[in-house]
Amino acid sequence: MSEPGLAESGAATPRTLYDKLWDDHVVTWRPGHPAVLYIDLHLIHEGTYLQAFETIDARGIPVRRPDRTVAVTDHFVPTGTAQRRGPLTLMPYVVDGLLTSAREHGITVFGPNDAEQGIVHVIGPEQGLTQPGLTIVCGDSHTSTHGAFGALAFGIGTTMVGHVLATQTLLQAKQGNLRITIDGALAHGVTAKDVALHLLSRWGVELGRGHVIEFAGTTVASMSMAERMSLCNMSIEMGSRASLVAPDETTIAYVRGRRHAPAGAAWDAAVERWRELGSDPGAVFDKELHVDAADVEPMVTYGTTPAMGVAVSGRVPGKRPGHVADEHSFDQALDYMAMRRGEQMTGKPVSTVFIGSCTNARLEDLRQAAGVLRGHRVHAGTKVMVVPGSQAVKRAAEDEGLADVFLAAGATWGEPSCSMCLGVNGDVAPAGSYTASTSNRNFEGRQGPGARSLLMSPLTAAATALAGAVADPRDLLGRSEVTAS
Amino acid sequence: MSEREPLRAVTSAVVPLMFSDIDTDQIIPGRYITSRTPEEFAAALFAGRREAEPYFVLDQAGMAGRSILVAERNFGCGSSREQAVWALQAGGFRVIVAPSFGDIFRNNALQNGLLTVALDSERCAVLAEQGASEVTVDLEDRRITLTDGSELGRFELDAFHRDLLMEGRSELDYLLALDSEIATFEAVRG
Repeated sequence: MSEPGLAESGAATPRTLYDKLWDDHVVTWRPGHPAVLYIDLHLIHEGTYLQAFETIDARGIPVRRPDRTVAVTDHFVPTGTAQRRGPLTLMPYVVDGLLTSAREHGITVFGPNDAEQGIVHVIGPEQGLTQPGLTIVCGDSHTSTHGAFGALAFGIGTTMVGHVLATQTLLQAKQGNLRITIDGALAHGVTAKDVALHLLSRWGVELGRGHVIEFAGTTVASMSMAERMSLCNMSIEMGSRASLVAPDETTIAYVRGRRHAPAGAAWDAAVERWRELGSDPGAVFDKELHVDAADVEPMVTYGTTPAMGVAVSGRVPGKRPGHVADEHSFDQALDYMAMRRGEQMTGKPVSTVFIGSCTNARLEDLRQAAGVLRGHRVHAGTKVMVVPGSQAVKRAAEDEGLADVFLAAGATWGEPSCSMCLGVNGDVAPAGSYTASTSNRNFEGRQGPGARSLLMSPLTAAATALAGAVADPRDLLGRSEVTAS
Repeated sequence: MSEREPLRAVTSAVVPLMFSDIDTDQIIPGRYITSRTPEEFAAALFAGRREAEPYFVLDQAGMAGRSILVAERNFGCGSSREQAVWALQAGGFRVIVAPSFGDIFRNNALQNGLLTVALDSERCAVLAEQGASEVTVDLEDRRITLTDGSELGRFELDAFHRDLLMEGRSELDYLLALDSEIATFEAVRG
């Protein structure tokens, strides 16, 4: 743990990217205590704000930096356009309460029908709020998404939301450094989502416990920002509340020109700083993992943790993989999922397909799904729901004709929200049957009571939608009309 | 948010919920996260599993009133929803013992005075087999003793957080007292 003011002297010792971000944000630190970490950007949504505002309001504490705080409604807002435009019927006080609290405290807030509304982890990057070198928190575990920009970003609970509102700081203990180096080219039909599910299936949900993960290697370097966000999004499922990708030209090109990005001389200065934000040669990581991209196949989960996954062409394991739960929990998961050991995954009938969430609802994700669906109809017995990640994504997808592809294929197209990922806005996966989902969690009952979730990429979800059953996207990607890569 | 009561030692029989990866969606399903009162939170605790499993452990005879829960590894993984902690507390729990915890959950628990004790699987299994016998989790010594007075094991908790728990103080007050240092930091960084 470094004390403030010692950051410069650290130049002699090679530091990791996490070390640098940490050193740069420690306000103060007393021996034997956690460090006080400054938070540059605080994102808020309507699922976790309420008691935090109650606490500070009851004590008459103002929001210290409303200018560093941005709120958005994404969890409880309905997906249907008519319902979105009309008076909210589901949890209106939660949505209205956020709008009221934000306005009272001078915080920018995007309401249900705002042109910039969207899932908090989609709009932050999209608006240029998310930038390399920042510390970013949100009362949401998938805040790790923003680490794709080389920002130290992590989820917090409601009490800590209150701490940041009141002081713009948090008490934090420094975590370890874990580098996961992924090298090589991903095969056709294999996406960043598959990389995340591959890591989980091989090393389990405690892979990153106690560590901040830095994703490195040629595979990561050649990923788009959308792909890096999908990967970092899932680090919380690996036990790491934060993960990082060092900023590079791809990052800089993404941020350039966005609404809240620096401009003019400030931009040049920012870029100069960002180029320094990488792990130094010789920086020591507490743990290292090397992965060959060629080993990654399109993945699907069969159980109730994201680590219970296999190649989509594969079978439910005959025996419990060593890192998965324990025998008792493994049996319980298979029982809940109605899966038998050794059973083939392709061909499992799917009643519902959900393409959306902070993991996979960006324009690139929708392009991939549309590439598979273009010119085809989804299976007659399968309900397919596509929910864009933000209003900006929705507009772009409509302008590109992607929405028309989804509608022509028989899918529904809705307003941006977290939707069926956690099923609190009225979009609930059915009990009993299988739901193919591009979201991040297949937990028992998460997508709805009794729901059985199969996590997969947008490509695999689209192939599954056409077949009405779990399908391997590689079987379709040879077709000339398929444009997804 | 519950009031912070000082926590020194808890003596209770144990509720065994011996599964791995008990996520916060199981602890409180999404459809209950807008609960407001302790009664609503108590009813929401493990609501999905209680509906689906008529013999779910919390509903078995003799479990009411127990304030120590023991589970398998990675308890509280998943969502950052602090409602999971509030639901456990509304259900009467003051201590959760497991081999490992979801990082954000553990942090949320500390903020609310719910003690999380990391103990290896073997000793968690011993705790799970105590039946109606009471065990004591002593925060001051960071140690668990069985009903016959024998020591099951010691656990780690940094002194800073142990003291906060034992005195019922909050991190917020600690941070508010640093106002001038935070202002200096802000002034330097612009």
